[in-house]
Amino acid sequence: MGKRVLVIEDEPNIIEAINFILSRDGWSVDTHSNGHDAVDVVLAKAPNLVILDVMLPGRSGYDILKDLRAHPQTADLPVLMLTARGQNKDRDMAERLGASCFMTKPFSNAEVLEALRSLVPQ
Amino acid sequence: MIATLNLLIAVCLGYVALLFVVAFLAERAALRGRGAWLRSPVVYTLSLSIYCTAWTFYGAVGYAARAGLEYLTIYLGPTLVMIGWWWLLRKLVRIGRTQRLTSVADLVSSRYGKSPALAIFVTVIAAMGLMPYIALQLQSVTESFTTFARMDDSAMPLEDPRAIAFWVAAGLALFTILFGTRNLDANERHHGVVIAIAVEAVVKLFALLAVGVFVVWWVAGGVGPMLEKIDASPIRTWQMDGGRWAGLTILSAAAFLTLPRMFQVMVVENEDEGALRTASWAFPLYLMLMSLFVVPIAVVGLEMMPSGANPDMFVLSVPLSQGQDMLALLSFLGGFSSATSMVIVAAIALATMLSNHLVMPLWLRFTGGGAVMSGDVRGVVIQARRISIISVMGFGYLYYRLSGGGTALASIGLVSFVGLAQVLPAMMGGIFWRGATRVGALVGLGIGFALWLWCMLLPSLGVGSIIPEHVMAHGPFGIGWLRPYALFGISGLDPLVHAIFWTLLLNTGGFVLGSLVTFPTPLERLQGAQFVNVFQHSNNPQSWSGGIAQSEDLMVMAQRILGASEAQALFQDEAARQGLKGYLPEPTPDFLALLERRLSGSVGAATAHAMVGQIMGAATVSVEDLLAVADETAQMMEYSSQLEAKSEELVRTARQLRAANEKLTKLSVQKDAFLSQISHELRTPMTSIRAFSEILRDLGLNPDEQKKYAGIIHDEAIRLTRLLDDLLDLSVLENGQVHLNLRSCVLAEVLDHAQAAAGAQDGTLRIRRRRISEEVMLSTDADRLSQVFINLIANARKYCDASAPVLTISVRSDGAMLTVDFVDNGSGIPAEAQDMVFEKFSRVSDQKAGGAGLGLAICREIMARLGGSIGYLPGQGGGAFRVSIPVQADLAMPAPASTQS
Repeated sequence: MGKRVLVIEDEPNIIEAINFILSRDGWSVDTHSNGHDAVDVVLAKAPNLVILDVMLPGRSGYDILKDLRAHPQTADLPVLMLTARGQNKDRDMAERLGASCFMTKPFSNAEVLEALRSLVPQ
Repeated sequence: MIATLNLLIAVCLGYVALLFVVAFLAERAALRGRGAWLRSPVVYTLSLSIYCTAWTFYGAVGYAARAGLEYLTIYLGPTLVMIGWWWLLRKLVRIGRTQRLTSVADLVSSRYGKSPALAIFVTVIAAMGLMPYIALQLQSVTESFTTFARMDDSAMPLEDPRAIAFWVAAGLALFTILFGTRNLDANERHHGVVIAIAVEAVVKLFALLAVGVFVVWWVAGGVGPMLEKIDASPIRTWQMDGGRWAGLTILSAAAFLTLPRMFQVMVVENEDEGALRTASWAFPLYLMLMSLFVVPIAVVGLEMMPSGANPDMFVLSVPLSQGQDMLALLSFLGGFSSATSMVIVAAIALATMLSNHLVMPLWLRFTGGGAVMSGDVRGVVIQARRISIISVMGFGYLYYRLSGGGTALASIGLVSFVGLAQVLPAMMGGIFWRGATRVGALVGLGIGFALWLWCMLLPSLGVGSIIPEHVMAHGPFGIGWLRPYALFGISGLDPLVHAIFWTLLLNTGGFVLGSLVTFPTPLERLQGAQFVNVFQHSNNPQSWSGGIAQSEDLMVMAQRILGASEAQALFQDEAARQGLKGYLPEPTPDFLALLERRLSGSVGAATAHAMVGQIMGAATVSVEDLLAVADETAQMMEYSSQLEAKSEELVRTARQLRAANEKLTKLSVQKDAFLSQISHELRTPMTSIRAFSEILRDLGLNPDEQKKYAGIIHDEAIRLTRLLDDLLDLSVLENGQVHLNLRSCVLAEVLDHAQAAAGAQDGTLRIRRRRISEEVMLSTDADRLSQVFINLIANARKYCDASAPVLTISVRSDGAMLTVDFVDNGSGIPAEAQDMVFEKFSRVSDQKAGGAGLGLAICREIMARLGGSIGYLPGQGGGAFRVSIPVQADLAMPAPASTQS
């Protein structure tokens, strides 16, 4: 049971796309669409991997990542960050805060799957 | 008869040409540094002889024929001044040199805090005083011409003397302009003129002596017979009038000091104070020689000439009547010399005053001083002086015409003298009394000038010409004590003595009183100290003496003021010059004088003198020195406060730069945020499009899935297009490149169109309108206005969170403006977000509504273009926006409202 992923993202169409791709690849997918209680949801669902958008309503993805890294239960949890802003400083910020992987929207579906597989050994 | 008028004119022209050559050679010599003889005391003394004008040359004899020895007073005044008060002249010369004074007006103005009012006042007095004097010269030259013409038996018709006077005036004006303003260099010293005047001085003295010798030894037959003739003449019975005698002596002494032309030759043209020593005995000698044969000529004239002959012309008519044409010609040249030299110098002096104190200040004020940079000033100065000279001659001629030219020469000259004597109290007070103030000087001059006009100048134009006869007899408005010749009821005095007495008494009184009740300004006090104590503050200090020990103290002090390296260099050079080793020279008087000069460049003359004096122990610091120091300090404080103001200005500039920089930084941050936002808004739909296209590319989807995902791609592509449209629209609006399509429309129709386009017919939002209020004609861009309305209605549809959303649109007309309010029944926009809703990409709620957050920003730009506005209306219970539109859109649009973001 190592294939549970939580997608934290607010764009309904993007959620639907990721859900479709990952499900087809055999992941079990949970989704969550706001930043307020994202950390709690992660702790409660305890997924094997989190896909985290940066621009979320309520709370920024960076803040959520910081909290996750500070919490012992999620300090080593693989987190794939997605952002639509695509500037170098966003990548730097994500790396500094301990993101396991960073991808810029729009992404290629194959790359996402590959990253997921490398982050969560089968 | 040889001496025809034509010959006379030829002689005059030749003589003037000769003077030109002399002046030219002298100036060239001065330029080449071979002008030492130009500064010789003899030349200086001879130049003072412009005191002796045509009045003295012709008029003295006439004066003697009419009033005996009284003519001597005119020579007595200057003689007393030269012999008894030559130290006063030395002070004047020293002040003139240290202060670089250019005229009497400059002296008075400079002494009283560089007051322009005083300068103008003195200039006006001098100009008015000069008028009668010029008239006098015109009259004497004219009369000398007519005297010749009368003797001319070639039966040439006698010309109208007035026409002759006119040509003489024009000739003299031309002559003066050529002489005094020949050089474009407006320097106040005129070597050439001074030499020419010295030559003329010799000519007039020689001519008068020649006539005198002729009269005594040819006509009378020796000294003995001459004395007998004198005893037999009416002059023998002359009685001295003590009042007139004293008054005239004082008057001529005063005039000698205050006449602008005397100041010019005595002070301005002076190059060597030492020349004064020679002049103090040589000039009285010159005056004595000039007056030596006056009585003999007068006596012989009275005896020989027919009873109607003008005694003013005896110098000319006596030789003529004896057939001595050449002697008469010489005598004529003497008179001509007297007139021309006086006119030249007087006109130059007055032109300097007029141009420096009247024309230039006015010109600078009107041109804003811009031309000072471009170097036009010299040309303007020269032109101003030329015009001044022409006006001076013109007014002189006018005075000659008005006064009828009939009055005896001497009395006209006295009118001038009394006018100029009015400057004396302010001048003498200024150089001897530190308490004298500007107000005092103005009051004294004002009183003296007014009284002179009333008691002398106006009556001198002839009773009835300006002052009517009944005023002369009974006073203005019948006020007896204001009668011009009997002020304050004191009648029976000689009019001249009366005028001298009252003008000088009340002038001096006003001056002293005015000075006592007012306080001098710091600048006045400083100038006062420098004028009164000129010998302490100027270049020749009392000599100090001391030893090497004091040199060291001096060095310490000098280092503090001049800076270490400069002071050391100064001391070392001097030590080397004295042949001493090391850096400490002997404090010789020469070195101390040099040191004082160098120090005064930094701290002012008075302070430098006091400091050196303290170290040398030679002088205790006097109260005056301290006052002078205080004044200098005040000037320095003023200077430093100017510096302070400058540095404040710098701080202000720096602050403005900092603010500009902050604004730029903020703009840069805003630009980054904007680009980042655009990136986000573009990438989000593209993410969905790419992800689903890849999914569609993969095979194995059922038709429902295919259809659904293709639909998503379609929707996102539309969203992307709309975003790009909005961005382009906003960019065009913000850059002001938008073309407005103004036309007439009815508001209701615009709203109808917007309501339909916003998709409000689907029943999700009920819209309440009062059509009757909407029947308003507008001239505007209906499409753009409709775009705004669509946005507002669509926003209400998307964001109104009431269970049954209602949007109320109400219209009010306020003259030229229409207001359209859009109020819904939802929860509205939180207060803290109300300011932000019009910014780009601002979205208030978390909910996705499909817009990129550019709609209201676009609305704001559109309304600014249309000459109206859009704003949020707080406190309406729900979301509420107010749009204001001008009924008649103005084509001259204001700048867009939001270029800062």
